[in-house]
Amino acid sequence: MPSYVDPSKCDGCKGGDKTACMYICPNDLMVLNKEEMRAYNQEPDACWECYSCVKICPQGAIFVRGYDDFVPMGGQVHPMRSSDSIMWTVKFRNGNLKRFKFPIRTTAEGAANAYLGQTGANLDDECLLLESNLPAPTKLAK
Amino acid sequence: MALPNKPLGELDAVANPEIKEHECDCLIVGGGMAACGTAFEIKKWAPADMKIILVDKASMERSGAVAQGLSAINTYIGSNPIENYVKMVRNDLMGVVREDLIYDLGRHVDESVKLFEEWGLPIWKKDANGETLDGAQPAATLRDGGEPVRTGKWQIMINGESYKCIVAEPAKSALGEANCLERIFIVKMLLDKNKPNQIAGAVGFSTRENKVHVFKCKTALVACGGAVNIFRPRSTGEGKGRAWYPVWNAGSTYTMCAQVGATLTMMENRFTPARFKDGYGPVGAWFLLFKAKVQNGLGEFYANSPAVKDELEKFMPYGASAVTPTCLRNHLMLNELKAGRGPIYMATDVALNAFLDAKRAAGMDEKAVKKYWKHLESEAWEDFLDMSVGQAGLWAGANIEPEKTGSEIMPTEPYMLGSHSGCCGIWTSGPNEAWVPTVEGTRAHQYKWGYNRMTTVDGLFTAGDGVGASGHKFSSGSHAEGRIVAKQMVKFCRDNASFKPELKQTPQELADEIYAPVKLYMQHVGATTAANVNPNYCKPAGMMMRLMKATDEYGGGVATYYMTSGKLLGICLDLLKMMREDSELMAAGDLHELMRAWENYHRIWCVEAHIRHIEFRKESRYPGFYYRSDFPTCDDENWKCFVNSTFNPETKEWLCEKVKCINIIETEPWI
Repeated sequence: MPSYVDPSKCDGCKGGDKTACMYICPNDLMVLNKEEMRAYNQEPDACWECYSCVKICPQGAIFVRGYDDFVPMGGQVHPMRSSDSIMWTVKFRNGNLKRFKFPIRTTAEGAANAYLGQTGANLDDECLLLESNLPAPTKLAK
Repeated sequence: MALPNKPLGELDAVANPEIKEHECDCLIVGGGMAACGTAFEIKKWAPADMKIILVDKASMERSGAVAQGLSAINTYIGSNPIENYVKMVRNDLMGVVREDLIYDLGRHVDESVKLFEEWGLPIWKKDANGETLDGAQPAATLRDGGEPVRTGKWQIMINGESYKCIVAEPAKSALGEANCLERIFIVKMLLDKNKPNQIAGAVGFSTRENKVHVFKCKTALVACGGAVNIFRPRSTGEGKGRAWYPVWNAGSTYTMCAQVGATLTMMENRFTPARFKDGYGPVGAWFLLFKAKVQNGLGEFYANSPAVKDELEKFMPYGASAVTPTCLRNHLMLNELKAGRGPIYMATDVALNAFLDAKRAAGMDEKAVKKYWKHLESEAWEDFLDMSVGQAGLWAGANIEPEKTGSEIMPTEPYMLGSHSGCCGIWTSGPNEAWVPTVEGTRAHQYKWGYNRMTTVDGLFTAGDGVGASGHKFSSGSHAEGRIVAKQMVKFCRDNASFKPELKQTPQELADEIYAPVKLYMQHVGATTAANVNPNYCKPAGMMMRLMKATDEYGGGVATYYMTSGKLLGICLDLLKMMREDSELMAAGDLHELMRAWENYHRIWCVEAHIRHIEFRKESRYPGFYYRSDFPTCDDENWKCFVNSTFNPETKEWLCEKVKCINIIETEPWI
């Protein structure tokens, strides 16, 4: 189900230094054509359909069309992702619609504690940060 | 219209890229769960002046196997004895595993999960009445004794759409964003010029600008995932992107480590998951959370039939456990399919309606049942939407509602990995603990040599899919393993403070090697009117199809129901030898294609190791993942051992050997 770009919505991220879909695609598929200032998926048969580009696009310009070698036409799955939840719209081939909303994060973006400045105790034992008294196996093989 | 003998893509490659040299103490190659674990942990142990660089082929926010998200964390020990975790992994992987590595992972993994929750990952909880709360509802944290929603003994449910974004954030901030280099694809590890068997650096290139990056380091972690698109997939058109494992994993971990002489282990192991057909959506929640069963084409729930019990008894002690090993579950499914009793269906309709019937039987009124159904339906769809949206898309396109019809299950094409229900990878040292066995011989036979998770090459570490003979780590375990490595890398630097890495090749020699496909393209592209057909070079896309055809037909792919033999493997190795030679004729006209060229080079090498191992092991250790027709049984008497292989970078020869498999945890009772 490769991603595709709606040319009426894509603005190439206005030619900024970071085109969002190009920045995020884990498989280096989304590229910006600088002449047209539009992005496209350069290798649809390598698309994992991870939706990273769809979720990040600031213009909502990216959608997904089912893999043409096994998905019947007409369905569509599309997300709206906010900072704490994601809303999915699932449109069936027969026109039926379902909507689902799920939480995605319980803290503010940027708030994850990296424990900056904290240090471990002893470089020569096996304990990691925040750990102490590591167990050893019991019930050993004879 | 111009003739199509010009580069495709938007980022043309040039013949002579700029070269950028970097020096650091610790180099982290990869940006997935394991690498993020290392990035988070390493500064906690490193002196302030230690230079650490992370290099990711993609963007850490969405790179690696968890890029899309996950609906469950499959390894959380909780109140279970760690010994039982070792027993489960040992049995699922048919007895041949490193119990020291597995136990060690089990004692660190929960801390990673508790950190994930603290960082913002929503984890489902049970309330006082045993009802499920999603991860955003108020409940005690795992650290404060909150009770997660268990599906199986080891799995917990999450709202995991943003799992990777959440884990990458503190990894980046701990290391400092300036030390995280994205969109650079490392393609070769480099040995030291003066000190034998010591890692000294790595080289790669940017996929955004014509620049080759050469790194010098004292120690390196290679954690770039497993290998995908190595066997012909069931969907060979657009759908070949819908691989079960992340399609961007190209076997780089195994190839890059093997090429500098790191010993590999259990490369014969592969994972052939049975998944929802075509969409490859997860089945774990359906089996465990929704208690769904599989039905054959005759409508029989065959899994508990007397014939199946007899079949499992052929594989003792593994077949006797309450949870049948994953490969044997495939084996039973394949028996149904081969006997013409397909297709196999996950009876989602039966399972979901059983929940509703149970509520009605307990006196719930229809209005409340309807509300309950909404919740159940949402959970069922979230399982796909969190981690495999393509499966939801297939259901939408085919008008499938899981409460009305079941969905077909099918074993996929084979994958290579070390963190899921597979265990191929690199042979590493276990922890420096008294309970880890001391064995005589070369490192390829030992279980510990001073630095936990160090490969047999000094200073070279691996984690996640990279560490072999220790499966069932999944996302959380891979992160924990990355944290283990972080501390060991710092220790290695401290112990080798006087070591000054020096590379064997000049940066220009390295750049020329990396950009060889571009030079070849430019030299010959004018020889034909269409760039993709040229007698002087081949293209990466064609090379990948050539590899997948050879493995499928001769290496036990879906074409033969995973059956191969010594004869077929010999043909496969001959084909691979020519592919390895021809890989030097791969041409790339743009930077994206240059990435594909190097990925396929990595694929060819790691598949060769896979085939060599299967050929060496004269038995069928993993029925259901692959079979050898000439040695069709699982032969514990002769083959309950590791197969380790080492490529000698000087002589270019492979050495395959049997290595003793030692049980650390009690074997009576086995489970």
